[in-house]
Amino acid sequence: MLFPISPPLAAPPRVVITGAGIVTALGIGWKPNAEGFRAGRRAFRPVSLFDVSRQRVKTAAEVDLPVTLPPTHLSARQVSRLDRAGAMLLLAAHEASQQAELQPDGDLPMVLGTTAGGMSLGEAYFRQATQSPCRYRQQPSRALHYQPQVQARMVRDALGVGGSITIISNACASGSNAIGHAWDSIRRGQTQCALAGGYDALSELVFAGFATLQSLSPTVCRPFDAQRDGLALGEGAAVLALESLEHASRRNAIILGELIGYATSIDQHHLTQPHPQGNTALAVMKQACEVASVVPEEVDYINAHGTGTPLNDIAEAIAISHWAGSRAATLPVSSTKASIGHLLGAAGAAGAVACLMALREQWLPSQAVFETPDSACNFLVVHESQDAKVDVALSNAFGFGGVNATLLMRRWA
Amino acid sequence: MSRVFIAGLGAVSPAGWNVAALSEALNKGQPLPAQPIARPGWKQPLRARLVPHPSVPPQFLAHPRLRRTSPITHYAAAAALESVARLRANQNGKRRLGVVVCVQSGCVNYSCRFLAEVLKDPATASPVLFPETVYAGPASHVATLLGEVSLTYTLVGDSACFLQGVAVAAQWLADNRVDACVVVGSEESDWIIADALRHLDRPAVLAGGAGALCLCRDSKLSAGAELVAITDPHTYSARVNRERAACAVRGQLGIGSSEELLCDGIGNSPRLDAAERNAWQDWRGARLSPKRVLGEGLIAGGAWQCVAACEAVASGRFTAANVSLVGSNQQAIGARFVCAAAGPMDLPAGASAASASP
Repeated sequence: MLFPISPPLAAPPRVVITGAGIVTALGIGWKPNAEGFRAGRRAFRPVSLFDVSRQRVKTAAEVDLPVTLPPTHLSARQVSRLDRAGAMLLLAAHEASQQAELQPDGDLPMVLGTTAGGMSLGEAYFRQATQSPCRYRQQPSRALHYQPQVQARMVRDALGVGGSITIISNACASGSNAIGHAWDSIRRGQTQCALAGGYDALSELVFAGFATLQSLSPTVCRPFDAQRDGLALGEGAAVLALESLEHASRRNAIILGELIGYATSIDQHHLTQPHPQGNTALAVMKQACEVASVVPEEVDYINAHGTGTPLNDIAEAIAISHWAGSRAATLPVSSTKASIGHLLGAAGAAGAVACLMALREQWLPSQAVFETPDSACNFLVVHESQDAKVDVALSNAFGFGGVNATLLMRRWA
Repeated sequence: MSRVFIAGLGAVSPAGWNVAALSEALNKGQPLPAQPIARPGWKQPLRARLVPHPSVPPQFLAHPRLRRTSPITHYAAAAALESVARLRANQNGKRRLGVVVCVQSGCVNYSCRFLAEVLKDPATASPVLFPETVYAGPASHVATLLGEVSLTYTLVGDSACFLQGVAVAAQWLADNRVDACVVVGSEESDWIIADALRHLDRPAVLAGGAGALCLCRDSKLSAGAELVAITDPHTYSARVNRERAACAVRGQLGIGSSEELLCDGIGNSPRLDAAERNAWQDWRGARLSPKRVLGEGLIAGGAWQCVAACEAVASGRFTAANVSLVGSNQQAIGARFVCAAAGPMDLPAGASAASASP
């Protein structure tokens, strides 16, 4: 039962990560993404998914989807109904569950973040409904499959698992909120394991939306750079398999890392702009560290939200500087959005996977483009490939509407 | 065990801009008239049960954050404000609020307008519209309007997702992360949703609006109803169809007595209603089916069911009310509310009307 709520456990279980799946323009899966993040590779190209000829900005980080998806419990007919976003989600969830070696047929709650769900299907529905109003072909399927909960059901059926589906749509913090929500559920003893993450595909509406706000960089995305002039959009999915330590140990699962802290709050300053002093960003970083009993001196790397917009980056830089105090001067920070673009609902989850890679492989994700530090950045922006001792990593995600979220992870040694 | 009380209710529906209008329409039991909704490219309009225009614009629309918002935010804000009116009237000191907004279709009005502008000429598409197309927009506006909000979630799902939202709020209360939490289910009507509904559930008539529950831990703030159960979410899958999920909800809520109310989601769709009808076929108590009166409100419809159930027990007409939410494409969840003594500090006359009513 969802209610009454069981009394809290005397000692919340530790929550470990036993699987990670990631799909970005750098590639499908851990390896190409780890290599790309480590090297600070850029994955942008001219947009081919829709017409951008009348747009000021014409590039984004598009994913090359494989011709065939991995074999799952879905029929060929069901697979044909997956849109881009659903396919990317399936690939990431499949990789995470395979890596975790989770057994199908059990209950595996799924918590997902998205901002747009199957927006491309919604757009197709709108186009056909307005341009060919008496043509109904494919419209029922589009009306159904554009809904995020239906996409999630498809993926769950593909994996052959049962369990609840929770879709959190807190704009660009959605992926972090989804992981944090699953973490909370495991710590409360409501479930032993879960798949959690985020996904979003490029769509014309969203691309044009950021373009109208003049948020897209007409040059290159370079977070925290004094010359930054906007964000670059990307697409992708990232999913983590989370388990209680006891559950993972019982089945001898390989542990990739530990999720040790999460906090979320809302900044009511403006619908699309952060508080200029990054008040809520600072608050969630502090809270997540308090929950994890970690002080800034122990944090070895921050995967920043770092969109590359003037307002976001300065607010985040101020928040990081205040939070880190004297640690700031030596604190490595980077934004992987310079490589893969802003993944919106998947951004926080992709940031979490980047942190996990750093913890697991002991290097710092390098920011693809960074030349002149903004004066507000008194921390180290990592812009060259380097090995490093990384024991604790922090990931920030901030969204339209003001929801901010921070995740904190520890190396599993 | 952490107890959760209903501190207030709010509703915007085709019946009007408050819970009283909703209750009156449900008590009459007559389907509300449907209005035409123009569908591009068709001579014949679609039909929907629209929220009536308020005779006087609600006061809260003067708030700068709500100047450019679409109806889904107006409905969510009105319902949320009505639900917290009692709490506000009894406020002693600062209170940490949570806001959970649940949507299925979300901000379709502006999404359609914006996409139409983009397809025409992206260079002249309005930057004002885009931020309001985001699922999280209404929650952000409601949080700003309410103030003192420390936690906000927007959940997306079918109508049963509203009870997932109530469960999230109950958890935040149990964790002492908030002192009260408003859960809103909100939807706006648009030709494209009416059109889509025609493909998926032909007899259904789309309805817009919102419903809200304000939850709290403090029994003194109770408006007369207590949440005692929310079932598991019985998610549809290759193994669990809607019928089985609906029966599982029934099984978890128990048999109930003839003095209890069942607030179900049965409308006028023989195919889609079959699962729920079958699950509750032997129900002997009173039954209320808001969808028959109001139409298909998607998540707002799930919220109206909960509001109607809480209102029925808070008013003393029933000792308990069960809610059955058998969603269209995700899950079935049920809940049970019982009568709880209303707190000693009652809402001053007119407090609700001042904050939320048009």
